[in-house]
Amino acid sequence: MDLVRSLYYLGAFLLIGIGFYAVLGKKNLIKVIMGLSLIDNGINLLFIAIGYVRHHTAPIITSQISDTSLMVDPVPQALVLTAIVIELSVLALALALAVKVFAVHKTLNLNKIKGLKW
Amino acid sequence: MNRFNKIFAYSSVFLISLCLLVVFLLAFRAIPFGADTMDVGHFYLEDAAKSTGSANIVTAVVLGFRGFDTLGEVMVLFLGAVGLGLVLSSQKDSTHSPAKTFPSLILKTMADLVFPFIVLFGIYIFMHGHISPGGGFPAGAVLASGYLLLFLSQRGGYHIRLAQRVETGSGLVFVIVGLAGLYFSGFFLHNFLPVGRLGSLYSAGIIPVLYSLIGIKVGAELGGIIYRLFGE
Repeated sequence: MDLVRSLYYLGAFLLIGIGFYAVLGKKNLIKVIMGLSLIDNGINLLFIAIGYVRHHTAPIITSQISDTSLMVDPVPQALVLTAIVIELSVLALALALAVKVFAVHKTLNLNKIKGLKW
Repeated sequence: MNRFNKIFAYSSVFLISLCLLVVFLLAFRAIPFGADTMDVGHFYLEDAAKSTGSANIVTAVVLGFRGFDTLGEVMVLFLGAVGLGLVLSSQKDSTHSPAKTFPSLILKTMADLVFPFIVLFGIYIFMHGHISPGGGFPAGAVLASGYLLLFLSQRGGYHIRLAQRVETGSGLVFVIVGLAGLYFSGFFLHNFLPVGRLGSLYSAGIIPVLYSLIGIKVGAELGGIIYRLFGE
């Protein structure tokens, strides 16, 4: 498999890797949440890239394009539509928890939040 | 100690990335980019437009074939909004308040001017979800961005109770439409309205109705999330 043709796979992999780096390596809670969001986006990009078929069009029938055999896979797109919404709700909840953590501990640095250490 | 932690974190991230890369390379030798790997997709592409009447096949999959799944998805979004309200509601008495900055004249004037058009665009998107790209979820995000503009301009005029009523009401009507499908054709969320001509605005039976309800519900929900996050 040559590199240029699978550029979207590589981009998705990079996004997921950067997200893992932010989740595991960063100390700021907001950056960790951003890393979660990056992992989500990388996986969504991966889904869409897997569903793509070369030289095929978006799965929408118009007056010009009505040949359904020349369309890309609609199933990953529908799944990603679902996943984006769930991601949004998870992100909002995580940010709310971060607000709460800041209100209690007066810091977002994970090293300084002692309550969870054993 | 801190230095050791850092080295540990970096090496673990490196190892995870390496594992991911190897797995990906192995996995995607079987799925080259741009190859036709559709399985059930062919069935949807051939059958969806005929059986649901929706020209947008993604919409047909989301609401025609997997309507119950979408109901669950809306539920998850609702739970997220409820959880956010629950987490943030108990800290009204805390001493810190948002920074007191005031919007400029440009922002205030343009918010007044642009807001109706944003709402109009959101309504357009969710009404045309079955014939063009978009649908209820992006439309809800567009509507919520209009409300975000209202908040940024500190204009007021956002009624949280009304938004909550609209949200619960549209969720309720979604379930009632599903039960009507159960009553008229024997399946929950089954299409009981005429399918109509493919590609016209009044087509695809209950799909535009459901997508409009989803658009209103998601818009109200995201507006509520913005309201809570602004700490009113």
